[in-house]
Amino acid sequence: MDSAIFLDNAATSRTDPEVVSAMAPWLGDNFGSPATLYAFGSQAKIAIEEARQHLADLIGADPKEIFFTSGATESNNWALKGVADALEGKGRHIITDKAEHHSILMPLRYLEKKGWEVTFLPVDGDGLVDPDAVRNAIRGDTVLVSIVHANHEIGTIQPIAEIGAITREKGVTFHVNAAQTVGHVPVDVAALGCDLLSLSGHKFYGPKGAGALYARRGVRITPLLHGGSQERKRRAGTHNVPGIVGLGKAAELARKNIDAEVERLTGLRDYIFDSIEKNMEDIRINGHRTRRLPNNVNFSIEGIEGESIMLSLSYPTTENARPVYISTGSACVSGSLEPSHILLALGLPAELAHGSVRISMAKEDTREDIDYALSALAAVAERLRSMSPVYKRGNKQCAAGAQGDGCDCEAAS
Amino acid sequence: MYTEKVMDHFQNPRNMGEVENPDGVGEVGNPQCGDVMRITIKVDDEERIEDVKFKTLGCGAAIATSSMVTELAKGKSLDEAQEISKKVVADALGGLPPQKMHCSNLASDGLRKAIEDYRSRHPVK
Repeated sequence: MDSAIFLDNAATSRTDPEVVSAMAPWLGDNFGSPATLYAFGSQAKIAIEEARQHLADLIGADPKEIFFTSGATESNNWALKGVADALEGKGRHIITDKAEHHSILMPLRYLEKKGWEVTFLPVDGDGLVDPDAVRNAIRGDTVLVSIVHANHEIGTIQPIAEIGAITREKGVTFHVNAAQTVGHVPVDVAALGCDLLSLSGHKFYGPKGAGALYARRGVRITPLLHGGSQERKRRAGTHNVPGIVGLGKAAELARKNIDAEVERLTGLRDYIFDSIEKNMEDIRINGHRTRRLPNNVNFSIEGIEGESIMLSLSYPTTENARPVYISTGSACVSGSLEPSHILLALGLPAELAHGSVRISMAKEDTREDIDYALSALAAVAERLRSMSPVYKRGNKQCAAGAQGDGCDCEAAS
Repeated sequence: MYTEKVMDHFQNPRNMGEVENPDGVGEVGNPQCGDVMRITIKVDDEERIEDVKFKTLGCGAAIATSSMVTELAKGKSLDEAQEISKKVVADALGGLPPQKMHCSNLASDGLRKAIEDYRSRHPVK
């Protein structure tokens, strides 16, 4: 990893060395459980309560409203299934949108099988949810609205505060998956107007396996994990002390640097957009240009396929000595025959979704790294296009953006 | 995920491009699936594949299998080349991940189509 340029931070990020140091004692001699009453365990109790305070400070919550989990997938599952269970008597209708993360869509499909009705709202060409569409979709039996804060793939930031005002007015519980925003942009639960909010440590330089669910005081939610009385009987299981301490440290560090990092990364992000628009032909920027995560860039390169781009960049050659790690919405990496459901929800034809590239930056990335990555990317795109039987320069398919008919691979094989 | 051989053919593809004035052309796949292959062949008087080239849009496996199929086909008689199967190509590459066996391993189909195209243009007298 020494010379590598890691631009896949929306997937996971490098654990900050300060976080690692903070965690170390709790992986070693301080192995006591915070649930025990003797002094040895109570040190751990103090440590996790400190972490809870840091996390609460980061998102403007009361520490009593923070519940530690194993990460955003657990928090999302808990929020959706827990509210559905608690409010079943009131109604069985849930609202979300088509461009959500799988850790939202899959629990909701599960609930559909169990008899809940779910409305999947469309998003516009930039990936935005229309707050009026949320208002219009709310019915007498609607118990929950779940909308992501910022999309993990295209970076579009949703009008959460506007939606929160509507759910508050209608008396519907509002969950926000903030896995991509907490620690990256200022997040304030009161300003967002949400009742529940999911977050994950490893997305902002904390450890994997540690996250949290914010649950506003008074919100009705059934536990996902039943057992011991940890987390005030809301989430059972012995605390992941090293993970929680690391999460708290990551929150503390994020809070210190957030404004400067937002400004710096927004500058780099816009520099990338300007640079690719100037230097690469036949590309299409995916997601909203400005209402967007500071560290996210996503675009489609016409006439080539994402896995081959990703693979070429990750293997150094004589011309490109430094491996560059990025991500793609191509079907080849999804393990299915379909490309990213998020890019399709924007109305992109399948071929442009296959050719999509996501660059997600981190705090250590410099302008020099970005320039290196962009020139490597341009060279790879040129090489793959020279191999492509379909790419014709200036074809303007990217501009047209017609809806594709879906994949017919089964028939072809 | 990929074998060394796949990576070698992906990064250093053999016979990439188009044969000039080809005797047969085979195109398979669909851009919506993310895979399109175009195989062009030159056939000599003894009905052997004198030259074969590929152009491919697709993932690492799609490019590597295209490269391998051209290597396997070069110099073979049309009858022999027609027998090159998906499995033969995958085995020659030291194996492919299961999900890539069908979606991205279309090169042998492309070659067969090019041979059929040649035969339709040169019917047996």
